[in-house]
Amino acid sequence: MTTTVLQNARIVDPSRDLDEIGTVIIVDGRIAAAGAEATNQGVPDGASVINCRDRLVIPGLIDSRVFIGEPGGEHRETIASASRAAAAGGVTSLIMMPDTDPVIDDIALVEFVLKTARDEALVRVHPSAAITKGLAGEEMTEFGLLAGAGAVALTDGRHTLSSSVVLRRALTYARDFNAVIACETQDRDLAGRGVMNEGLLASWLGLPGIPREAEIIPLERDMRLVGLTRGRYHAAKISVSDCADIVARGKDKGLDVTAGISINNLALNENDVGEYRTFFKTSPPLRAEDDRRAMVEALKTGTIDVISSSHDPQDVDTKRLPFADAEPGAIGLETLLAAALRLYHSDEVDLLRLIDALSTRPAKIFGLEGGTVRKGAQADIAIVDLNDPFVVAKDRIVSTSKNTPFEDARFQGRVLQTMVAGRTVFTID
Amino acid sequence: MPFPHRHLLGIKGLNEPDLIHLLDKADEAVKLSRQREKKSSTLRGLTQINLFFEASTRTQSSFELAGKRLGADVMNMAVGNSSVKKGETLIDTAMTLNAMRPDILVVRHSSAGATALLAQKVGCSVINAGDGAHEHPTQALLDALTIRRAKGRIGRLIVAICGDVLHSRVARSNIVLLNLMGARVRVVGPSTLMPSGIEQMGVEVFTSMEEGLKDADVVMMLRLQRERMAGAFVPSVREYFRFYGLDAEKLKRAKDDALVMHPGPMNRGVEIASEIADGPQSVIESQVEMGVAVRMAVMETLLLDGPDREAGR
Repeated sequence: MTTTVLQNARIVDPSRDLDEIGTVIIVDGRIAAAGAEATNQGVPDGASVINCRDRLVIPGLIDSRVFIGEPGGEHRETIASASRAAAAGGVTSLIMMPDTDPVIDDIALVEFVLKTARDEALVRVHPSAAITKGLAGEEMTEFGLLAGAGAVALTDGRHTLSSSVVLRRALTYARDFNAVIACETQDRDLAGRGVMNEGLLASWLGLPGIPREAEIIPLERDMRLVGLTRGRYHAAKISVSDCADIVARGKDKGLDVTAGISINNLALNENDVGEYRTFFKTSPPLRAEDDRRAMVEALKTGTIDVISSSHDPQDVDTKRLPFADAEPGAIGLETLLAAALRLYHSDEVDLLRLIDALSTRPAKIFGLEGGTVRKGAQADIAIVDLNDPFVVAKDRIVSTSKNTPFEDARFQGRVLQTMVAGRTVFTID
Repeated sequence: MPFPHRHLLGIKGLNEPDLIHLLDKADEAVKLSRQREKKSSTLRGLTQINLFFEASTRTQSSFELAGKRLGADVMNMAVGNSSVKKGETLIDTAMTLNAMRPDILVVRHSSAGATALLAQKVGCSVINAGDGAHEHPTQALLDALTIRRAKGRIGRLIVAICGDVLHSRVARSNIVLLNLMGARVRVVGPSTLMPSGIEQMGVEVFTSMEEGLKDADVVMMLRLQRERMAGAFVPSVREYFRFYGLDAEKLKRAKDDALVMHPGPMNRGVEIASEIADGPQSVIESQVEMGVAVRMAVMETLLLDGPDREAGR
C-alpha cells in the first residue's frame, strides 16, 4: 500500500464547490480523504508527505480538444510527446481529435489509440471518433461500436458538417447511444479564403478576412437541429459574442447544449497577429477585443462551459510561410493553465469557475472519471503555485512542435507537480 | 354478411368486425388451399388485373395464385417496363385498364396515396398491394391471421415491430390493425428510422432491442433496404446487426414461445440472424401461406359481400 499525503494545501475542487486549506490523502492511486477535515486524520506510517503550504491542489485538467499527429504526422506530435506536454501543463486527461491519417473513424483506430496510450502515454488519452467516414461529411460512422470501443465523443474535428441532413441524422442516431456530437462551426463558403478575423486590421494587412457570421450562421442552424432532434451537442470552439448568445438561448430552452472555447480566444486578440505572425493564425481566428471580452463574460456566467487548449502542433514546414499560406493552429497543453490564470489575476473570472471550466465540467460533459478531488476518486491532481511568475521559454517547450503563441509571454502561476492515479508524471525542476 | 367497403386501400377505415370477418373467411381459404383440389368457382367469370408499378415477385405471385384458386381470370401488368416509361400518366394507365372492364384491380405503387387516386378513377374494386411508405393492408391481415392461428388471439398480446419503421408501409398497417384488435404495440429501432410523431401512433417506442423485446409475444422484424445501410440512416450493416439485428441473445428477452415474423424478403445477417429465421420460433414460412389465404378472403369479400355485389357484374 502506497500512501501520499499533501499537507497545508489550498484545495480548490469545483465538484464540491470547495476552496479551503486542508490535507489530501492518496492511497493506492485513489483519494482517501481531501479537505480541512482530513487534516486531523494523521499521517500513516511509511507515507510520503508533501508540504503544499501556499500551493494549490486542484483536480488535474481535462483538455477536451487536442490534435495529435499520431498516426500519420508523428513528426509534429506523437501520443507520447503530447502526453508529456500535457503532464507539464497539469493536464491529466485529454480528448484526442480524430483528424489523423488515417482518420479515427473505425474501431481499429480507436483501439490503436487506446493501446498506444496505455503503453506510452503519461496521462489519460481518450480518443474521439469522427462523425462521418473520412471526415467527408457524408456517411455516418459506427457510433455504437465506436463508443463501445472507447471513443468518448463524436466530432469531425476541424471540419464543419455542411450537410444539415447529415447532422440531423447524426444527432438523432447519437441520442440512442447518449453520445455527444461536438462541432466546430465555420461556413466554408463564407469563410472562403479568409485567414484572420475580418475587419480593419485584416484590411490594412491586405489579408482576406473571415467574417464573424461564418461562425454564427452554422451554429444557429445547428441549434435548430438540436431542437428538432433533442440530441446532445457541444459547440466546441466559439469565439464571438453572438455565438455565446445562441448557446445561452439554447440552454434557456432546455436543450442539451454545452459550449467550449479555445484558450487562445480568451487570452489573445487579433492585434496579436501583428506583422503576419503565423503562430497567431488560429481557427477560429483571434477576434477583436470586444469579442474576447464578451467571451470572458460568457465563461464567467457559465454560458461557455469549458476551456480547451485546442492544442494543434504544426512544424516549421507549415508555419514558416507567408501568413495566408500557413496552417492555422497553436500548441497549448503546457500553457493552458497559466494562460487561463491570467483571467484570475485580472479579477475577471474566479478560481472555482476557472478550474470548473478546465476540469470538472469537461469530465461531466464527456463522461470521464476525474475533474474532482472527492474521496474515492482517482488521484488525478495538479499542484500549482498560483503566484510564481515566469516567462515561456522556447527551449523549455516539451511538445515536439514549438508553435506556441505564448513564446516569451509573462505568466503568473505555474504547475509544480502533476499526478495521474497518484503517480507523479511531472515535477518542475 | 355484407361488407361495407368497395376497396381495400388500407387498414385505416376498417373496424374490428371488418377485420374479424376477413380473418374468419381467410381461415376457410386456408382449408381450401390445403386440399388436393384447391380450386373453387367463387369468382368464375370475373377478371382480376394485377397492376404493379413497383416490381414484386412475392406479393404479385400471391395475388395471382389467390385469384386463380377462386376461379378468376388473372392478368399481370408489369407496368414498370411498358407504357409508364413511354410517359403515360397513372391516370391514363388506369383509364385504359378500366376500359377493359376488370372486376378487381390489385395495385402496387412507389408513391403513397397513388392507389387511392387510382381507385377514384376506375369502376371496379381496388386492392392496395402497397403504396409507398403508406399502407400494405393484406400484409397486416396475413400477419394477424398468422398470429391468431398460432396464439389463438391477438388482444392483449405484446407485439414488437422492429427496424426501419420510417420507410415501412408494413409497420404502419400493422400498427393500425394491431391496435384495433387490442394488442399492445411496441416499435423498436434507431431514432433515425422512426417517423416523427411515432409516439402518438398508439405505440410504445424503444431504441434498444433488449428493452423493446422484453416479454414480447410476437417479434416482427422489418426489412432494411440496402441503400439505407451505408451511413445515411444507419452507419453500417455490422453496427445495425450488432444493435438491431435479431439474434438468439436478443430473442431471449422475449417470451419463450414468442413468434418471430418477417414480411420478406429477408436480409440474413442484417436484420435477422439465419439461425433465428430458420429456428423453431420462426413463422416466416407460415406467413407466406397465410398470404394467399388472406388475399383470397379479401377478393371474395369485396366482390361477393361488398357494395358492388348487386351491381350486376
